[in-house]
Amino acid sequence: MAKQMTGAEMVVEAFKDQGVEYVFGYPGGAVLPIYDAFFMQDKVRHILVRQEGGAAHAAEGYARSSGKVGVLLVTSGPGATNAITGLTDALMDSIPLVCITGQVPTHLIGSDAFQECDTTGITRSCTKHNYLVRRIEDLPRILHEAFYIASHGRPGPVVVDIPKDVQFATGAYTFQRNIQHKTYRPQLKGDLEHIKRAVAMMAEAKRPIFYTGGGVINSGPHAATLLRELVRATGFPITSTLMGLGAYPASDKQWLGMLGMHGSYEANHAMHDCDLMICVGARFDDRITGRVDAFSPKSKKIHIDIDPSSINKTIKVEVPIIGDCAHVLEDMVRLWRGGQRADAAALEKWWEAINGWRARDSFGFRNSTQIIKPQHAVRRLYELTKGRDLYITTEVGQHQMWAAQHFHFEEPNRWMTSGGLGTMGYGLPAAIGAQLAHPNSLVIDIAGEGSIQMNIQEMSTAMQYRLPVKIFILNNQYLGMVRQWQELLHGNRYSETYMESLPDFVKLAEAYGAHGIRCSNPGDLDDAIKEMIDTPKAVIFDCMVDQKENCFPMIPSGKAHNEMILNELGDDAGVDLGAIIDEKGKMLV
Amino acid sequence: MVKTHAAPLSPYSTAPHRSHVETHTLSVLVDNEPGVLARVVGLFSGRGYNIESLTVAEVAHERHLSRITIVTSGTPETIEQIRHQLERLVPVNSVKDLTLTVRAIERELAMIKVRGRGENRVEAMNLAEAFRAKVIDATVESFIFELTGNPQKIDDFVDLMRPLGLVEVSRTGVAAISRGPEPI
Repeated sequence: MAKQMTGAEMVVEAFKDQGVEYVFGYPGGAVLPIYDAFFMQDKVRHILVRQEGGAAHAAEGYARSSGKVGVLLVTSGPGATNAITGLTDALMDSIPLVCITGQVPTHLIGSDAFQECDTTGITRSCTKHNYLVRRIEDLPRILHEAFYIASHGRPGPVVVDIPKDVQFATGAYTFQRNIQHKTYRPQLKGDLEHIKRAVAMMAEAKRPIFYTGGGVINSGPHAATLLRELVRATGFPITSTLMGLGAYPASDKQWLGMLGMHGSYEANHAMHDCDLMICVGARFDDRITGRVDAFSPKSKKIHIDIDPSSINKTIKVEVPIIGDCAHVLEDMVRLWRGGQRADAAALEKWWEAINGWRARDSFGFRNSTQIIKPQHAVRRLYELTKGRDLYITTEVGQHQMWAAQHFHFEEPNRWMTSGGLGTMGYGLPAAIGAQLAHPNSLVIDIAGEGSIQMNIQEMSTAMQYRLPVKIFILNNQYLGMVRQWQELLHGNRYSETYMESLPDFVKLAEAYGAHGIRCSNPGDLDDAIKEMIDTPKAVIFDCMVDQKENCFPMIPSGKAHNEMILNELGDDAGVDLGAIIDEKGKMLV
Repeated sequence: MVKTHAAPLSPYSTAPHRSHVETHTLSVLVDNEPGVLARVVGLFSGRGYNIESLTVAEVAHERHLSRITIVTSGTPETIEQIRHQLERLVPVNSVKDLTLTVRAIERELAMIKVRGRGENRVEAMNLAEAFRAKVIDATVESFIFELTGNPQKIDDFVDLMRPLGLVEVSRTGVAAISRGPEPI
């Protein structure tokens, strides 16, 4: 049924029809008509952020924790450019976003008008797709297409740039469920012949491993269920990328922990020595592969991905399967159950080798009674929140890797972190988005004192909407990960990595009307964490940790999976990281 | 102390697969909408691919379709990746690697301005005839030739004109189509 309405009303109407609960945004001249349309209804709630970058990350946190499309609304010019980092972040991590940007009226486009920028030009390379809507007739179709493209196939951000005159114009609004896009039709079902070949290879494998990624999470909870079935039915070991944590329960004995640059010793060695790699929804990122020409040299590789351009991009695979993880896994489970059996004797030997690597306890560290070790802080946070309905976000840096190593996830969609782009300042707004999606859950942003200051203004948003997010800062007064690299590459010259003049985070929390806690004594840590959990409003927890601690294990750049460096227990003095990495590796990051 | 671990027991030598660079012609059918060319060109510059030539024009007005013909060069792996990256763009209907899939006919049009008098002028005229170039403009001291053919033929003709007073060249870039009754 076509209804007559203005372009601005169409935007809000399309949100309703798409089931949007929350829109994260910030008003401005070029979106005033849409904000007026918001004012006239109460179905879609607008969350006023403090900077547009916060809106994008909040929409990401909402999307990733709920499996729905995240929506943001920003004005032209600086509104749009401030959102760019979040859009790029969503593109890299395949998060479905729809971003509505205001634009100057069509007759002023190209005239360098006030708050004008070439939004579609600027966002072309950081979105999955974008539109400039020049005619009111096109607006309803484009709005719904945007949601379709953002959420179908490999998810990603879509920008719809709407000039102000189009927002004022009146036209006929229509909505069709289940639109068929003219050209964009991602393939969901995998090629059955390839899947059969893959399953046959799995039955013959002597040293197999599952290597899974964010694609399993994006495919939905059903994909994670099917993955669990397949992994358990085969008895194979499984590891995952940073983005894929939670798809497989960390408490399971077949779980090897995260792989990659700061992954576990057993996961990386198993990847290196395997004879069959089953990659499900991961993309052989450089943080995963290490040295490409030494990456898993003895294995045949199966790669399941919905994006054909991910196949053979960096690593050549024997069996590509293009399709949605859940669809392909369903076929695999069925075929495996249809009479395939793993080579039990070979598998037993394989597990023996893996258990040998596991015995190295690569995430181990020497604890202290004098000073809080950051790993210990994360472990205590994990233990004291275990069993709760919990969502974790992070910022980017050492704390992020410690969280990935020492916090453990049993379910998908519980872990939100900026993986591909590595955006400092992601965690707090993402926590706000996750808390809105799950109002009764505990949402914790594990942060660093550097990252948290990148979007600290969003504390004000959390307070306005009474969101009880907890910010757990591992405060080492250094940009720790950068410092770690300076030790590796630049002779311990700590150029600009010491954070002087840090704010008093407890007072800062109080200034926002939140609760502040500081802890620097390991003996007080548990009680302080409990206090944080029990506080019914937002908390900034300033956890003063060992300043010198570095993040291990680690694959230095230019090295292979089996050339990890470990944090040897019992001696934490004078580590000469600079001697480990060669000249060629120093050119890499 | 941190220590590095010994080299693996098994030697691993998957040398990076460096194959030779090839030139391919890609035929890309796109929706004729604003910004579509910028998407395609931006993809090439953003990911560091080469464009040797690029032509674009509407080919089906009522269906709003344009054909972009791109001549690119790279290793076979890179060219396969280019094809997949192009297919990811929403307004792209189809991508065909004409070099791989069909025996394609490639043609380019060039206009070549030559300036000279006397013997050079006669020689230029003779060569133009041999190449079946048409004279489309003439003054007492210049010609403009129009020449259609594959890019190599045009290169050859331009090389011959150089000593005879070549002033400048304007080329369209390659358009290509498959042989036989089937569409691309």
